[in-house]
Amino acid sequence: MILNGLFEKEFKAINIGLVSFKEALDDAEYQCVQVDWSPPAGGDADVLAALKALSGM
Amino acid sequence: MAVKGISKTGEYYDSVSLMLVARALTEMEGVEDATVVMGTEENKQILEASDMLLDEFKNAADTDLLIVGKAADEAKLDEIIAKAEELLIESKNKKSAAGEHMPKSIEGALDQVPDATVLIVSVAGRYAGDVAMDGLKKGLHVMLFSDNISIEKEKELKEYGREKGLLVMGPDCGTAIINGAPLCFANVVDRGNIGLVAASGTGLQEISCIIGNQGAGISQAIGTGGRDVKKDIGGIMFIEGIKALEADEATEVIVLVSKPPAPEVLEKVAGVVKELKKPVVAILIGGDPEVMNAAGAKAARDLERAGLIAVALSKGQSPEGIPAILEARKEEIVKQAAEEAAKMAEGQKYLRGLFSGGTLCDETQLMFKEDIGPVYSPAPIDPDFKLDDIWKSKENTVVDLGEDEFTVGRPHPMIDFLLRKKRIVEEANDPETAVILLDVVLGYGSNMEPGKELGPPIREAKELAAAAGRHIAIVCSITGTYKDPQNREQVEQELKDAGAIVMPTNAAASLLTVEIIKILGGK
Repeated sequence: MILNGLFEKEFKAINIGLVSFKEALDDAEYQCVQVDWSPPAGGDADVLAALKALSGM
Repeated sequence: MAVKGISKTGEYYDSVSLMLVARALTEMEGVEDATVVMGTEENKQILEASDMLLDEFKNAADTDLLIVGKAADEAKLDEIIAKAEELLIESKNKKSAAGEHMPKSIEGALDQVPDATVLIVSVAGRYAGDVAMDGLKKGLHVMLFSDNISIEKEKELKEYGREKGLLVMGPDCGTAIINGAPLCFANVVDRGNIGLVAASGTGLQEISCIIGNQGAGISQAIGTGGRDVKKDIGGIMFIEGIKALEADEATEVIVLVSKPPAPEVLEKVAGVVKELKKPVVAILIGGDPEVMNAAGAKAARDLERAGLIAVALSKGQSPEGIPAILEARKEEIVKQAAEEAAKMAEGQKYLRGLFSGGTLCDETQLMFKEDIGPVYSPAPIDPDFKLDDIWKSKENTVVDLGEDEFTVGRPHPMIDFLLRKKRIVEEANDPETAVILLDVVLGYGSNMEPGKELGPPIREAKELAAAAGRHIAIVCSITGTYKDPQNREQVEQELKDAGAIVMPTNAAASLLTVEIIKILGGK
């Protein structure tokens, strides 16, 4: 099945980042869930690197 | 002038929300300057450049919110900060007004919509690659709006996506339409039988609007990000996109849009196109059309023609009549150019193109190159024409204000018109400027009131030129449909009322400009 059937399935999205992209989908009546995101590890690059190493990413 | 600010730890807002707050603050009476930003290194540099980096901001982290104002007295400064806090609360309330629960992770979001198909990512580049991979691993197709992602990471994401049958659109993918859903900067176009694959965001928007305005429709519009067709990525998603459209029952005509791909990628794409059963229209801006023609595609020389050919094919009509229609329009444009040129003063002879869409900027450069000669630009087609100072135009110049060097620390110029407004007036002050060419891109994600934003600087430009005995032509193209949320008719009227000439497409606007400059002799 091409692209796992993307074109055959109902469009539903998850949005991480600019809220305006979710608002556009709301306005066009497509379901979209906004993730309440903030930089991991408080944006500290060293802590983030350590976390990634621990989680094997 | 006094400066005062506060920082708030662990309060995260996206850049567009913050821009809206900052704009409201600068519009307060008695405020010299004010801003609200996250404490990233880039933002701290920008604050420093405008003497607003307080000592207590120097160690701020990406997750620290910085509020700072500049005003004559202490009372006004306190007022700025109080107003900022009030607006931020409003912004946060708006976010959760619908009463929707906001999960903290993709996993949490999937609990709410287990059958989600697409993840849209627009967080800062240094985090976006990992977020995208997380989505892919959970079986989601990815729309990666963020830029500043390494080519290695892009390759890793795309190779993984191809293996799993998942689309990776981007990084730096500004727009797509999937199953009718407008993603990021997309226009409202009816569903139909034309499918697009584009390694060019504004190229995709311009063609899909032409298709929509001609009464045809889009099945799917897949963006890949501009780097996909470069050698390092090898066209991974461009090719997957073509294959998907060939297999899609709703797609009857395929349109390919790109800046010139790397020669080896072009060859690969041509190999895939050769095997397709559906008709293909290709517009590779600045690329060799013969390679695509030889593969059985119809290569177009500009975005407008590509759109018109696709529409004809989608309706089962022959595209043979299109050149004659465009030729007849050209005669009208040449007449209009002569009328404009006749009003201009001695010494006015150059184009100043101020774009928000990169592909539109490239299209104009190419049209000038063919008819007049190369133009100066921060990203010129001819390397000898690289602009020394991107902030200062020289002879014929076009700039894409969406390029990275202009967007550090501020939203894209399709959202934030500040730079363009300033530059329109600057260009009008130059006695050599004859034409200021602007693209106005409508659709979701873009500024909601472009006519009201651009009207005042257009008026100011016309008036200050007139006061100096000059006539400046301000030529605008509109990329948008009559169903876009901005109301295209109203935007057209606002621009015309301000004194601009409004053309239906960038190709038409560029042609008018070329003809004016030809008469004035600016090379």
